[in-house]
Amino acid sequence: MKETNIKDYNYFHKVIDCQYACPAHTPVPEYIRMIAAGRYDDAYMINWESNVFPGVLGRTCDRPCEPACRRGRVDEEPVAICRLKRVAADNKNNITNRLPKIPSQKNGKKIALIGGGPASLTVARDLMPLGYDVELYDDQFKAGGFMRSQIPSFRLPETVLDEEVNYILDMGVTTHLKETVTSLKSMLDKDYDAIFIGTGAPRARDLPKLEGRKTADANVHLGIDWLANVAFEHTEEIGKKVLVLGGGNTAMDCCRTARRIGGIDVRIVVRSPKADMKASPWEIEDAEHEGIPMYENHVPKAFVCEKGKLVGMTFERVKAEYAENGRRTLVPTGEPDVLMECDDVLMALGQMNAFPWIERDLGIEFNDWDMPEVDKTTFQTSLSNVFVGGDAAWGPENVITAVAHGHQAAISIDKFCKDEDTSKRPIPGTTLISQKMGFHDWLYNAPVSDDLRYVVPQVDTDLALSNRKIEVEKGFTLEQGLKEVQRCLNCDVQTVFTQDLCIECDACEDICPTNCINFVDNADEDILRNNLKMPADNLEQSLQVSGELKTKRVMVKDENVCLHCGLCSERCPTGAWDMRKFLLNEAKAG
Amino acid sequence: MSYIKSNFRHPNAKVNDLGFTMREYEGALSTLCAGCGHDSISAAISKAYFEMNIEPHRIAKTSGIGCSSKTPAYYLNKAHGFNSVHGRMPSVTTGANMANRDLQYIGVSGDGDTASIGMGQFAHVVRRNLNMIYIVMNNGCYGLTKGQDSATADIGSASKKGLPNQFSSIDLCQLALQLGAGYVARSFSGDKNQLIPLIKGAIEHKGFAIIDVISPCVTFNNTAASTKGYEYVRDHLDATGTIDFVPERQELKIIHPEGTAKEVQLHDGSKLVLKKNTHDYDLSSKREAMDVIESVREENKILTGLIYLHEDPTDTHEKINSVDKPLNSLSQEELCPGSNKLDALNEAMR
Repeated sequence: MKETNIKDYNYFHKVIDCQYACPAHTPVPEYIRMIAAGRYDDAYMINWESNVFPGVLGRTCDRPCEPACRRGRVDEEPVAICRLKRVAADNKNNITNRLPKIPSQKNGKKIALIGGGPASLTVARDLMPLGYDVELYDDQFKAGGFMRSQIPSFRLPETVLDEEVNYILDMGVTTHLKETVTSLKSMLDKDYDAIFIGTGAPRARDLPKLEGRKTADANVHLGIDWLANVAFEHTEEIGKKVLVLGGGNTAMDCCRTARRIGGIDVRIVVRSPKADMKASPWEIEDAEHEGIPMYENHVPKAFVCEKGKLVGMTFERVKAEYAENGRRTLVPTGEPDVLMECDDVLMALGQMNAFPWIERDLGIEFNDWDMPEVDKTTFQTSLSNVFVGGDAAWGPENVITAVAHGHQAAISIDKFCKDEDTSKRPIPGTTLISQKMGFHDWLYNAPVSDDLRYVVPQVDTDLALSNRKIEVEKGFTLEQGLKEVQRCLNCDVQTVFTQDLCIECDACEDICPTNCINFVDNADEDILRNNLKMPADNLEQSLQVSGELKTKRVMVKDENVCLHCGLCSERCPTGAWDMRKFLLNEAKAG
Repeated sequence: MSYIKSNFRHPNAKVNDLGFTMREYEGALSTLCAGCGHDSISAAISKAYFEMNIEPHRIAKTSGIGCSSKTPAYYLNKAHGFNSVHGRMPSVTTGANMANRDLQYIGVSGDGDTASIGMGQFAHVVRRNLNMIYIVMNNGCYGLTKGQDSATADIGSASKKGLPNQFSSIDLCQLALQLGAGYVARSFSGDKNQLIPLIKGAIEHKGFAIIDVISPCVTFNNTAASTKGYEYVRDHLDATGTIDFVPERQELKIIHPEGTAKEVQLHDGSKLVLKKNTHDYDLSSKREAMDVIESVREENKILTGLIYLHEDPTDTHEKINSVDKPLNSLSQEELCPGSNKLDALNEAMR
């Protein structure tokens, strides 16, 4: 293998599994150490800079970081990264004086944001400090988008959302609330320098052709619309028997909301096996904890109505069969259909984008799925002053992805307004700094805690079900949080090897608790991976390979389960190993 | 302050035939200087016993005084151990072995502990052919007292102080050969591929086995002018041949071209396979072994590998016809057979 180029920032970035997996590339270990040091404001601001909504995300994030967490590969469970973010948010002081200053002298450019969700708000957050005039349009009376309408308040209290939305609006964003944009052309006519579309994926899938659908209509609700109606207090109750169709996170929110506003026998019914449900495992767990049963392998067949009113649904029993290529087919089992009585049905079967308000003759290309063609890097459409991000770009994702889109779109808009090439992207800011203080002294807490993942305490279920505004999770106590932070392996503190200093004493190889370090003859990667003390069979993880040493061997380190404990460096007599903190801050507009 | 070794290990850590991972064979974290050759030897010892599937509690580790003699704390934590007086490891091990012949004995010592203060003890434990492994962690200096030249420092070799040594050095392998050791080997702490099979061979050897391991002292004797520094040793290594240890049960898979490899049967049926290089001599000939050591030295090189092997030695217990069982398993009746037996014995002496 060729010598690893550790000067390429991508190499060490990839070692920080959590940060690399995060769409917004939040420097996770950095803020976790800030919490450990009691610097909650700093921890919050690192998050705020990167993901804009730490309080919201600390409760509701899809947490792509946690399945990626290295701790999950050596211990039973990953670090509770998401809930630690909440610890930072819960314990911070007033941080308003740390927010960016907004220049009173504007730069003369006007930007319109259509849709008031996380993508648009992120664009506003990035552009306001640069002197842009930003105007935000939303059809609801408050900004926040799906964070407000679809995430129930027992998961995300309104006060938390308001606080973080207002940090941005208070920068001086001009809001046009309760104003539905019905024509992009009319917006283009208003002489904005650029327009950002962040309208989400607002159209829920329906079952229009299912028998009885029309007759039952009064008691059949589209999940996201129904959740919005509950959030905005247009809907205050539901029948006692409720069926929720679908197995995603929206279904979990629907059933749990239904339990709080009148539903007693609330059931989840999914077509697929339970194992294939799309909802996050923790959301399924929370729903089950509230006594909600899940019926798998039931395909909706008909709405059953009596006297023009919904009384139940019938389902066909199926089983999943998997072809060799992994493709799943649901095959009827031949068992008799199942009738479930119900008063209301909530459909959470997925969402689609819809752009009836964009005229097709404006110069924006639409693809085969009737979606605007959006550049994956610049978020620009074929009409160069129109940008799209969040769910509106390529369909439903999540808040953190919308934030990441917003940052990138802001960079493009800024470049566009300065007549620069939007395809030339700025590189992230990086630093690599030695953590050595003394013989066995590091700037970070190197020993690895043995603790198992701490469980976030919740309020009593009966109390939680009594009021939809009572937040179920209480969040870590400070004591628990300070223990949980110690589970972080500090993967951003990198093992940096300087080949010229190595005398090949093998001390590092012997001390490494997880046998990451090897001194072997060089070979091609696939051979080398098998020649190591522990075969490097996690192909997603890199090998750090040195140049040729004096004995003609090379040092090969498998990054896979390195604990970043620093023992290699402590046992190195010549300083050939050093622990250096690699901090990567994603580039932002301006 | 860190200096705590995590309890996490590689999720796919290998398990030996006893169901143990390497963790059961490790010791406490070393407090020797970073980069000390002794730590590599400790790791090699752990690895050898792990791979040989020997239960740690069937092993007794002994040592004297010195940097080397601290190491039993750093390997085989679950084995028995005795850290004795300076240079007295051989007599303590002899006593232990006489009392319980069922345990396996591994003594570690340094060049000072063996070639200076313990020379007398060393000579006699070799003579008696005690069934033990004697590992010398040989760095040519007194590391624990700030690096004075030891009795194994070569003439002209200079440590950190910079003054060349003027006195003749003692070659422990030659000495052991002369005194009748049955398994004589030399190795280098930086070459585990050679050292681990040598330890395994020594474990299987019934009788006295000495491995003189050159183990650089990074703090005091790893200079350009030292003959026991990493760089010098690596540049001057001259192995008798590469060695594979093949346990009894395992069929020999690698077949060396004829004439280039030699199998040596050990007493339990396992084998040492020696792949020869330029030094093709009769390993069971003391005279030839002496000769090769000398001729390699004349070329300013260091002979490593298995140097001499007596395939069927007689150990101390056999020589003195001691009881077959460990003393702690003898019953009251066996230990004190009664006055009739004594009378009979006395009668026989008349």
